[in-house]
Amino acid sequence: MSPLDDKQTAARTASGNGIRTDLKLIAEMVEPGSRVLDVGCGDGALLAFLSRQKGVDGRGIELSMDGVHQCVAQGLSVIQGDAEADLKDYPPGAFDYVILSQTLQAMREPRTVLETMTRIGRRAIVSVPNFGYWRIRVQLLLTGRMPVTEKLGYQWWETPNIHFCTIKDFVVLAEEMGIRIERCMIVDRAGRITGHAHSGLANLLGEQGVFLLRRD
Amino acid sequence: MSAPNPAAAVPGAVPAEPATMPGHRVTLGVERPMRLDSGAELGPFEVAYQTYGALNADRSNAILICHALTGDHYVLDQHPVTGKPGWWEMLVGPGKPVDTDRYFVICSNVIGGCMGSTGPKETDPATGKPYGLGFPVITIGDMVRAQKLLVEHLGIDQLFCVIGGSMGGMQVLQWAVAYPESVFAAVPIATAARHSAQNIAFHEVGRQAIMADPDWAGGNYLLEGTRPHRGLAVARMAAHITYLSEPALHRKFGRNLQNRQTVTYGFDADFQVESYLRHQGITFVERFDANSYLYITRAMDYFDLAADYGGGILSNAFRKDGKGTPVRFCLASFSSDWLFPTSESRAIVHALNAVAANVSFVEIRTDKGHDSFLLDEPEFHQVIRGFLEGCAEHRGLTRASRP
Repeated sequence: MSPLDDKQTAARTASGNGIRTDLKLIAEMVEPGSRVLDVGCGDGALLAFLSRQKGVDGRGIELSMDGVHQCVAQGLSVIQGDAEADLKDYPPGAFDYVILSQTLQAMREPRTVLETMTRIGRRAIVSVPNFGYWRIRVQLLLTGRMPVTEKLGYQWWETPNIHFCTIKDFVVLAEEMGIRIERCMIVDRAGRITGHAHSGLANLLGEQGVFLLRRD
Repeated sequence: MSAPNPAAAVPGAVPAEPATMPGHRVTLGVERPMRLDSGAELGPFEVAYQTYGALNADRSNAILICHALTGDHYVLDQHPVTGKPGWWEMLVGPGKPVDTDRYFVICSNVIGGCMGSTGPKETDPATGKPYGLGFPVITIGDMVRAQKLLVEHLGIDQLFCVIGGSMGGMQVLQWAVAYPESVFAAVPIATAARHSAQNIAFHEVGRQAIMADPDWAGGNYLLEGTRPHRGLAVARMAAHITYLSEPALHRKFGRNLQNRQTVTYGFDADFQVESYLRHQGITFVERFDANSYLYITRAMDYFDLAADYGGGILSNAFRKDGKGTPVRFCLASFSSDWLFPTSESRAIVHALNAVAANVSFVEIRTDKGHDSFLLDEPEFHQVIRGFLEGCAEHRGLTRASRP
């Protein structure tokens, strides 16, 4: 199953101003004119935005055939493939940024993917849904069932997301792997809240985290 | 469609001699014969070609189309022998994905071919007789070398795009690797960076069928006044199966019987699929030369980019002066193609990734097999259109205003 299948792909383009909130935040972190690889690029919304607004030299990898067709047909350089199989061939430092938005939790080996991303990109940008978000905690606590939210709209038996983490979990993993979090944005429903990844409040109130990463 | 006047498209380029077939023909390798991969030299030699559309002022809108094994340069005009429409009429033409209102499209018959370019059936100037097996063995590299001379003859330094499927895709890869500065974009379709053992095996079956035909006469059939029709037809029948897929064959024919209610308990063409293959074989011999078939299949067999350019590592073939290739690639494969399966295209994509090249790749889901690149596959056509438009933007090719 695609880590970024129809429901998630649709979510990328659903937000008002063309692209999803976390994609806009990601775009803010990207230097103009840089080389970018968007892993799980979906229909190419972010790549198209980055090349139009920031003049980046963008590439993409996407598992779903529909996504790839949409990308290539609008002139974006995208290959059909799977991050876990197809990233390893790139040489170190091939890109300025390697982006993985809302997909890490769908990887079989998130650790390996993070390692590869920080090897082939001078920086990596990762956005993850926060499983420590209060609404999710409350749902599990009160209903005793696996949480289903607007952003994570799957039942437990159909979800492509097999490796959920909280913001705290992500920060701990990055530390363990020797990956420095250069910037972080914790986002709630309304927009940005805090830049402190370590804050317990962020872990409670943040619906997702966007991290700019670099290997030490 | 009337043959366009080359002098109108390319100022100063004049065909070497009147062509006997529609289209253009030029004599190349006159001052200096062309050195072949085998070490032999060829020249002067003829290349037959067609052009469609017009070359722009800065000569930056030329697209070279490379044809497949038994194809030719009649991309979108009626075939002079079979009377059928051009083989890539669905993809190439005014307003089509390869838009002849916008691009100057060139397609040449490969050397070793039999539709006007120098090949084994043409007369060897040294002997005054057909070359036959005296024709030197050629490679995909040699075919591309000849195309390069043609493109230079047309006054074009850099092709906007080289595009082709199957053997044509091999030529596209060869172009990108041998002349990266002369190719802005490359579209290898349903192809591979090397011919697999299985594919060599199928070609060998075809060649043996031809050579086992007594009318082949040791390759001298043109002098003997015979033609190895049966051998060539069998070769085509075997090859044709590899171009299709099991589901496509089943859908078309199943086990249906041909013009009868029950089987005959004999060896007539009881089944529709048999009579279809026989028809394919028979019509093929009308338009193709048996010795050309031997030479061109051999050229495909020898193709191995990694061995020839990369010292065994494919990504090295796409490296130039320590950097990745500047060529922008778009690869396409078809999910039911078992002759050039997706894994072959993916190997090329991985090699291109390893040099961080600019590459797009799409596998088109279809059950029609290898031949899908010649058929009506809207998604495939949409991908080609989008890729070319994206490249045109990067290349600064403005859209030609329509009259």
